[in-house]
Amino acid sequence: MTMEALCYVEKPGMLTTIQDLGRFGYQSQGIPPAGVMDYYSFTIANMLTGNHLREAVLEITMTGPTLHFLRDATLAITGADLQPYKNKEQVSMWKSFNVQKGDKLSFKGPKQGARAYLSAAGGIQGDEVLNSKSTYIKAGFGGMEGRPLKKGDYVSFTVPSNPVTSGKGIHVDLMPSYADQQVLRVVDGPEHSSFSKDGLEHFYYAAYTVTNESDRMGIRLKGPDVTQNDSADILSDAVTFGTIQVASDGQPMILMADRQTTGGYTRIANVITVDLPKAAQLLPGQEVVFKKVTIEEAHRFLLQERKQFASLAFALDQYS
Amino acid sequence: MSRIYIEAMGDSAFSVVFGHFISKKVNQHIRTFLAVLDAKQLYGVSEWVPSYTSVTVYYDPARVSYTALKKELEQCIGEMQDAVLPHAKVYEIPVGYGGEYGPDLEKVAEHNQLQPEQVIERHTANPYLIYMLGFTPGFPYLGGMNESLSTPRLKTPRSLVKAGSVGIAGAQTGIYSLDSPGGWNIIGRSPVKLLDMKHTQPVLLAAGHYIRFISVSAKTYQSIEQQVCDGTYEVKVDEVKEEDYDA
Repeated sequence: MTMEALCYVEKPGMLTTIQDLGRFGYQSQGIPPAGVMDYYSFTIANMLTGNHLREAVLEITMTGPTLHFLRDATLAITGADLQPYKNKEQVSMWKSFNVQKGDKLSFKGPKQGARAYLSAAGGIQGDEVLNSKSTYIKAGFGGMEGRPLKKGDYVSFTVPSNPVTSGKGIHVDLMPSYADQQVLRVVDGPEHSSFSKDGLEHFYYAAYTVTNESDRMGIRLKGPDVTQNDSADILSDAVTFGTIQVASDGQPMILMADRQTTGGYTRIANVITVDLPKAAQLLPGQEVVFKKVTIEEAHRFLLQERKQFASLAFALDQYS
Repeated sequence: MSRIYIEAMGDSAFSVVFGHFISKKVNQHIRTFLAVLDAKQLYGVSEWVPSYTSVTVYYDPARVSYTALKKELEQCIGEMQDAVLPHAKVYEIPVGYGGEYGPDLEKVAEHNQLQPEQVIERHTANPYLIYMLGFTPGFPYLGGMNESLSTPRLKTPRSLVKAGSVGIAGAQTGIYSLDSPGGWNIIGRSPVKLLDMKHTQPVLLAAGHYIRFISVSAKTYQSIEQQVCDGTYEVKVDEVKEEDYDA
C-alpha cells in the first residue's frame, strides 16, 4: 500500500472535509460518530471507483474547492450537483473518470443539492483516529488535522494496487433528485406523547422551512409551533442520526452527523435511515414535510436499499 | 425491576428504560444491565450509550431483526438478577480553586452565603457518581453535589471556557472537557485532561464510576500541568466499595 499526494488545494471551498462512514463505538464516551452526511452518495462514489465501501472521501459543501492533481487517478463525484469541471470540460456526475497529473478540478457552483462526494480509486487518506478518518471539527481530530481543507493543503490517497477502469456509471433511476420540497419519513420518538394535539398536527401536516443555521450538526427548521404539553426539557438522554428534537421555541431540529451524543430536549420523532441522505442534501429555504411510517416499513425500505447496493456492487464489479 | 421497558428510538436503536428520575438505584440497574449486555456480544449491535435513566442500544437492522433483538434484550433484563455489579473506581481530580482558575468562586460563595473556603470544602467533601458522558467528548454528568452550592447559570454565557474548568450550573457540577462557550459558574480548573487525543484511550472517565475533587495549590497545579504536558502524570484511581458512598 503506497500513500502519495493526490492533489494540491488551491481553493478550499466553503467547507470541504475528509469523511468516511463515521466513528462508531465511542458514543458512550461522548464522542460523536461524525462521518458523511449522505451515506447513499458516499457509498456509490466508492463503488464507482472500485473502493472498499468504508474508504474516506471528500465531502464538499455548496461551493467546491479547486484541486490541482499531482498524479493520475480515477475519481467519481456523486451527491449534489455543484457543476464540476476538469480543466475547461464539464464532468459527468455519478460516473467515474480519469484525471492526469497537471489537471485542475473546479466547481462552478451549486445547481442542485448541498453536498457532493469525491472519491478516488484507492481511497482518500487522512488521520485515522479511533478507527475512522472522519473529521470532527469541534474537537479537532480525524481527516486533515481535524479541520476543513485549506489553501495549500496536500490531499493524499492510497495508490490502487490494481488498474481501475473509468467510465463506470449507474442507471439514471438510481441518481437521486433533490427537489425543493422533501418528504422525510419518520417513526415516533421517545417523547412523542409529550406533545400537544395541536403540536402533533402541525408537525405532521405543515411544511417546515430549512433555516440558515443548519450545518453538519443539525438542520434547524422553522414553521408552525410544535408545542409540548409540559416542558420541552428532558433529562439528558441519547440521540441518534435523524433524531428530531424540539426545544421550548417549538421549532424542530433534525440531528445530523456531528450531533452531540446526548440531548436534553423532547424527541418527537426520528427520520428513518433511508431518508437521511435526502435530509443531508437540504438547502436553506427548502421545505420539509414529515410523514409517519412504522418501524417495520422503515426496515423494509432499508433492506430493499441494501439489496440494491449489493446488486449494484456486483454489476459494477463484473466488467472491470 | 418491573418497570423496565424497551422502546424504539428510530429504526436503528432501542432504548431500554429503567426509570424516569435520577437515582442511584436506577443507575445500579443500568450498570447491572450493561454487565449482562457486555458479556453477551449480541450480533448486529454496534454500541450502547447509558444515560441517567436508560441504555440506548444501536444496531444494524440489516444484520439482526427488530423482533429478534428485542427478545434478546428482554432476556438480558431477565438475567440481571444473577449478574454481579462490577467494582466502581474513583478518579482523583486535582483542582485549583478560585483566582484565575475559578473566577466565579466568590460569586458562588456569596450566592449561598458561604465563605469561598467553605465552597471548596463542600465541593471536595464527597465523591461524585458519573452517571453518563455526553455533551462534548469525555464530559461527565455528575451526581451528588451538596445542595448548598446550587447557583443559577450565568445570565450571559462566556464565549470561551477553558478545558478542565470546573463549574456549577443549578444543582449540577461538572468539568469542561473541551474549550467551548459556556454558562456555568467556574469555581476552579483541573490540569488533568478529560480528553487527550494523544492517548490510545483518549477519554479518561467512564459512566458508573466516581470522581473526587482534590483541592491543590497553584504550585501543585503548575507541577501537575507540566507532568500532564510531558505525558508523565497518572490520575490516581482507587477501587471503592459502593457501600461507603451509599450515605
